[in-house]
Amino acid sequence: MLVIVPAFNEEGSIGHVVASVHRHVPGLPVLVIDDCSIDGTLAVARAAGARVLCLPHHLGLGGAVQAGYKLAFELGFDYVIRVDGDGQHDARDIPRILDRLLASGCEMVIGSRFTPGNGGRTGAVRSLGIRFFRTVLRPILGQPVNDPTSGFVGVNRRALAVFSRSFPLEYPEIEALVVLQRRRFRFEEVPVKMAPRTAGRSSITAMKSLYYIIHVLLGVFVNVLKFERKLHRQPPADSRREA
Amino acid sequence: MDRLLNVTTGLSVILLIMVLVSVRRAHIRVEYSVTWLLGAAAMLVLSRSRPALDLLRVLTGLPDTPLTLFLIGAAVLLIMFFRFSVILSHLRDDNIALAQRVAILEYHIESLRNHEG
Repeated sequence: MLVIVPAFNEEGSIGHVVASVHRHVPGLPVLVIDDCSIDGTLAVARAAGARVLCLPHHLGLGGAVQAGYKLAFELGFDYVIRVDGDGQHDARDIPRILDRLLASGCEMVIGSRFTPGNGGRTGAVRSLGIRFFRTVLRPILGQPVNDPTSGFVGVNRRALAVFSRSFPLEYPEIEALVVLQRRRFRFEEVPVKMAPRTAGRSSITAMKSLYYIIHVLLGVFVNVLKFERKLHRQPPADSRREA
Repeated sequence: MDRLLNVTTGLSVILLIMVLVSVRRAHIRVEYSVTWLLGAAAMLVLSRSRPALDLLRVLTGLPDTPLTLFLIGAAVLLIMFFRFSVILSHLRDDNIALAQRVAILEYHIESLRNHEG
C-alpha cells in the first residue's frame, strides 16, 4: 500500500503530514507529488523521509494526483490512499480507510466528515455547495454520498487502473466518483475527522466558487453522457473482462 | 456598401499577408494556418464578387448584404475559435501526459541511482 500526498507550496505543513503518516502507520511508504512548488516543499518532504515525484511544471490538483496514481499503478501497488498536503487529514484515520477497502472489496473508500453522527463542520458557503452536490449526485450515483468533496480517499488496484488512464484534472473529487460509478464500481464512506489547514492557503477562494460549481457540474454531466454511450455500446457484462 | 466591401477586401488581404509571413517565419505551423488562409480567402472572394454575396444573402434569407457579410465573417471566426479550442484541449492533454511521464521517468532514474549508490 502507498500513501500519496499531492502538494503545491505546502512547505509549512508537508513535513508534519509525512511525519504524521510515518508515526501513525509505520512502514508505509509515502509519495509526495510536488506540483512544481516554488517554496521549499520538495526539500521539506525529502527531509521528512518521503519519496518525491517532481512534476516539471504546475499541473493542478487532478494532474498531480493522477501522476501519483500512474506511478503507483506502474510500481504494482494494490491500494493507494490519498492524503492532502495541507495537514487537514488525520493520519490516524488511514488504517480505518484501508480496513474498509480490504473488507468491503469496493473500489473506493472516502474519508467523510459528514457521515451521520460524525459531527463534521465546515464554512457556510462550502456547506451549501456540498449539500447542492449531494442532491445532484444522489440520482447519478444511485446511493447517497455525504462528503463528495473529500480528498481523503483510498482506492484499490481496479480503480487505480481506471484513474491512471482517465482522471478529472481540475476539481477531481466529485467527477472521480462519477467516473467510477459509470464503470459500475462501488464506493463507501468511513467517518474521519478533519482539522483546519495547518499552513498555506486553500486553492478554492470565494471568487472561484461559482466557477467551481459550473465546472464540476459540466464535468459530471459530460462524464454521465460519455460513459452512458460507452455502456450502451459494450457487450453484456458476462462476456466482458474486468477492467 | 462599396466602402464596406473595400474595407473587407483590405482586411482580408492584410490577414492573408500576415498569415503567410507568419508561416514563412515559422511563427505559425502550416497546419494551423490553413483555417486562417481559407477564411481570409473566402472573405476576399465574397467582398470582390457581388453576385456571390447576393446569392448567399438570398440563400440565407437575410434582409441585406452588409449583414450577410458580417454574419459570414462572424461565423468563420466562431468556427476558427472552436477549432483552436479543440486543438488547445488536445495539446493540454498531451502536455499533461508528457509532464507526468517525465516526472515518473525521473523518479525511476533517481531510484536506480539510489539503488546503485
